Amino acid sequence: MSTYVLSGSPHIHEQQDVKKIMWGVVYALIPALLVSIYFFGLPALFITLVAIVSCLLFEYLIQKYIFKSNEITITDGSAVITGLLLAFNVPSSLPWWQMVIGSLVAIGVAKMTFGGLGKNPFNPALVGRVFLLISFPVEMTTWPKVIPLNTSFADVITGPTSLGIVKEGLMKGESLTKLLNNVPSYTDMFIGNIGGSLGEVSAIAILIGGIYMLYKKIITWHIPVSYILSVFIFTGVLWLINPEKYADPVFHILAGGLMLGAVFMATDMVTSPVNYKAQLIFGLGCGILTVLIRIWGAYPEGVSFAILIMNAATPLLNIMFKPKRFGGK
Amino acid sequence: MNEIIYAFIALGSVALLFATLIFFVDKKFKVVEDPRIDEIQEILPGANCGGCGYPGCRGFAEAIVKTNDFDKLFCPVGGNEIAKKAASIMGVEVKEKLPQIAVVRCNGSITNAPKKSIYEGATSCAFANYLYAGESGCPNGCLGLGDCVVSCTFDAILINPNSGLPEVIEEKCTSCGACIKACPRNIIELRNKGPKNKRIYVNCINKEKGAIARKNCNVACIGCGKCVKICPHEAITLNDNLAYINYEKCKLCRKCVTECPTSAIVEINFPPRKTEIKNTNEIEA
Amino acid sequence: MSGLKTFSIGGVHPHECKFTAKKAIVTIPLPERVYIPISQSLGAPSVPIVNKGERVKTGQLIAKGEAFISANIHSSVTGIVEKIDDWIDSSGYKKKAIIIKTENDEWEEGIIISNEIKKDITLSKEEIISKIKEKGIVGLGGATFPTHVKISIPQGKKAEYLIINGVECEPFLTSDHQLMLEKAEQILVGIQILMKALDVDKAIIGIEENKPDAIEKLTNLSKNYKGIEVQGLKLKYPQGAEKQLIKALVNREVPSGKLPIEVGCVVQNVGTAYAVYEAIQFNKPLIERVVTLSGFGVEGGNFLVRIGTPIQALIDYCGNKHLEIEKIINGGPMMGKSLVSTEVPVTKGTSGILLFTKEYSHRTKIYNCIRCGKCVSACPMGLEPIVLEKAVEISNWDLAEKYHVLDCIECGSCHYICPAGRPLLDMIRLGKNKVNQIIRTRGN
Repeated sequence: MSTYVLSGSPHIHEQQDVKKIMWGVVYALIPALLVSIYFFGLPALFITLVAIVSCLLFEYLIQKYIFKSNEITITDGSAVITGLLLAFNVPSSLPWWQMVIGSLVAIGVAKMTFGGLGKNPFNPALVGRVFLLISFPVEMTTWPKVIPLNTSFADVITGPTSLGIVKEGLMKGESLTKLLNNVPSYTDMFIGNIGGSLGEVSAIAILIGGIYMLYKKIITWHIPVSYILSVFIFTGVLWLINPEKYADPVFHILAGGLMLGAVFMATDMVTSPVNYKAQLIFGLGCGILTVLIRIWGAYPEGVSFAILIMNAATPLLNIMFKPKRFGGK
Repeated sequence: MNEIIYAFIALGSVALLFATLIFFVDKKFKVVEDPRIDEIQEILPGANCGGCGYPGCRGFAEAIVKTNDFDKLFCPVGGNEIAKKAASIMGVEVKEKLPQIAVVRCNGSITNAPKKSIYEGATSCAFANYLYAGESGCPNGCLGLGDCVVSCTFDAILINPNSGLPEVIEEKCTSCGACIKACPRNIIELRNKGPKNKRIYVNCINKEKGAIARKNCNVACIGCGKCVKICPHEAITLNDNLAYINYEKCKLCRKCVTECPTSAIVEINFPPRKTEIKNTNEIEA
Repeated sequence: MSGLKTFSIGGVHPHECKFTAKKAIVTIPLPERVYIPISQSLGAPSVPIVNKGERVKTGQLIAKGEAFISANIHSSVTGIVEKIDDWIDSSGYKKKAIIIKTENDEWEEGIIISNEIKKDITLSKEEIISKIKEKGIVGLGGATFPTHVKISIPQGKKAEYLIINGVECEPFLTSDHQLMLEKAEQILVGIQILMKALDVDKAIIGIEENKPDAIEKLTNLSKNYKGIEVQGLKLKYPQGAEKQLIKALVNREVPSGKLPIEVGCVVQNVGTAYAVYEAIQFNKPLIERVVTLSGFGVEGGNFLVRIGTPIQALIDYCGNKHLEIEKIINGGPMMGKSLVSTEVPVTKGTSGILLFTKEYSHRTKIYNCIRCGKCVSACPMGLEPIVLEKAVEISNWDLAEKYHVLDCIECGSCHYICPAGRPLLDMIRLGKNKVNQIIRTRGN
């Protein structure tokens, strides 16, 4: 008599698994990576590689020597995503050793201390980025100007980002219309021909990645759409009230890290809510917080903090907003 | 200087007000408890394992003070020592209970009961039991997925990776009964530990007819009844093709061990026999 | 017939794998022995009324359903009762079965063997129900609920719709499809009989869009039958689940913990309607049914099999000796039970046998839960499997009950879609089991 396999139903399975999802996100990030390498040159490629390698290395070392676990999960792609996203959140001129520290915080503190993949409450790349921002504020806010296909690592001219120009100018009391003449055009902001962190500059590259992920059913539309829409509406209302003090909504969507945050960071499955109702509220909350920080907060960019704060609210959102139940109230 | 005095007075009076408030609230809402509950809780092991059947050691202490019935109340972890101390606090005498230990009554290891199917699913004996009879084919045998291990709060039971069966660590087992409740097939039983920890039991709970049981496992009890006949103390009964040794009546003479044709009856912690080198019938290590 | 309908919450889209579609139903020869379990329906096992050594005829009553929810069982062959003993069945355990050595195929007196289509229904409502009970008809969709109990509407409730389940949403299975193509008229008469028994004047047959020929055939024929209409349904699993079918066809949600009769609906499978037709018009008890044999790369088809035929006989009939089968499934791949041996017999609830080779037999790798929420969007009952799994893992049965684990219909959509390969349905089933136990002790 043959030996059969016995298991509970179902006996067939959807082809997609965790590895495919993670690597799918990595593929979706490639357009943004290519654009950043084009605009910022070799330093961009270098710092990205440093981030990825150090994330993989730290995950391996922690799992093998601190956890002493039999299973090393560096091939599932999640550490690569953390490395990529962390690199996308920093300027290309960041010293490599600071990036290594950032990776250690992102993987070691934000992910491994909670138990590894699936157990962390906060987005690891954002925790790493915020840590770097607070620890090395100068290097983290020095934005190199765009030098297409730059192959040298020499010091480059730096300049503020669009959001930086507007915020600083408004604080000094300058007129918004005059300030907006100094910021890059919408086309430049859409393509990415602007100063800023590696991955956040090009809206179109992020959009392509986002559409790829939607097609592959890696993310759903709820969070990115509700996040971007709430920023649009909130800033739109403010702009309609006083166009001299508040920049227009299109500027707010294209400038800064909103696109990157809404499509890649807020949609991180582990730290965002599990059902669609809670996800819509999550996106809304992120949007409101982002605008609050951008307009009235101390920093010109509020996306990282907004998402981290909403990550903390995710368990509550999961309980407060439940999916529609069949045959129940 | 004035600011300091004002601050002192302001904060000082607030503190005094709250202190008075707390004093009166404490007096008014004071919960009067029998002081013996605290006394008894002090002497209890504090493991909060629930083996007594009450919620934690505090619950057990309250139950003792409330009912004062030491026949029904026994802390298996603390044993007779604790029972004597608690009884003296309550001012009563208590009878000594014989120490017990959890016994896994299945010897269907990977060698004795070879696998006839492959199980893939949740690591839960309760679920595998629901799904089918098991990898060896025996519908009463141990599934080896470790529900008992998970339930033990004293780390006293572990699955032996070579045999696939759980093994009870004598020194750590407190006979709290958690593994007995966790096992979906009622394989584990509490039996007397025995003088010098010696005990004899039927290492099988298969209730199928002999021939069928034997097909699945070669150390199964086939219900032949030879042990029943040979026992001089009438300690063994046969029901549903399965022999059972009553631990109160068993005098550890070991006659049934040698009589059993399938080596289903085992003897634990006995010195090796002087006469022949028979099958030692120890649990497979 | 209007446009395609569907249910609104959840659902997944497994590959249809209807490799055996369009294969005509073939009657396989009688096996050497039949092993008829005495428990083939929901409820209490039936009580055998024959003894070892007795000679029985095909269609003779051999076990009586004595409890309220229980069904009669009839012999599916003519021969000698060899023994009444334990035999392995699809539950994974050995259960009592009546084992008959086949000699012949002599049918009991009173049973009419005929291929003509009898349309006149002469019996009254009560006579219909009692005859369905007598002939041991149970739900052939897989749940095997005794039909006579289902169509006896309890006091205070009224049936408004008879819903006929021709959906067959499980991949691979095509027995209902073939039955609808070959016995369409008979099914319609069966539906009329059920309508009379239930006292309803509206019946809707739900068929998924991947069976356009069945939809067309039944739509055309049903024009001659008053009150019966055919509704096409979008392709989505689990459309064939009772509650989801009712929601799609008449847009009513069966309340949590209640039965379909609560919203005035009674659901029956097309196979059951056909069995009812044969029982009422030809006095034929339920002793055979259509079973699909399929799998990846398997030579299969749709077969008319006698109850009690060992699965090995069915596999042998089809050949497939070149295949190394590692998993056998009784039913569909989403809700079927995997079997421990091919000695398991075909019973009233066997709609299909699937043979899986090595590459399809094993579970996928298990990762930590990545909280993607796909299980929540897939659940057709709107539950949260992510929480239920965690609750069962830490044995927090109160939490499981609070998150409505008992509402789970065990369709397997959550487990199917989980990218981390977690054994969600295993844990939920365990949770349901334990919570039911707790509720029973609470009641005491």
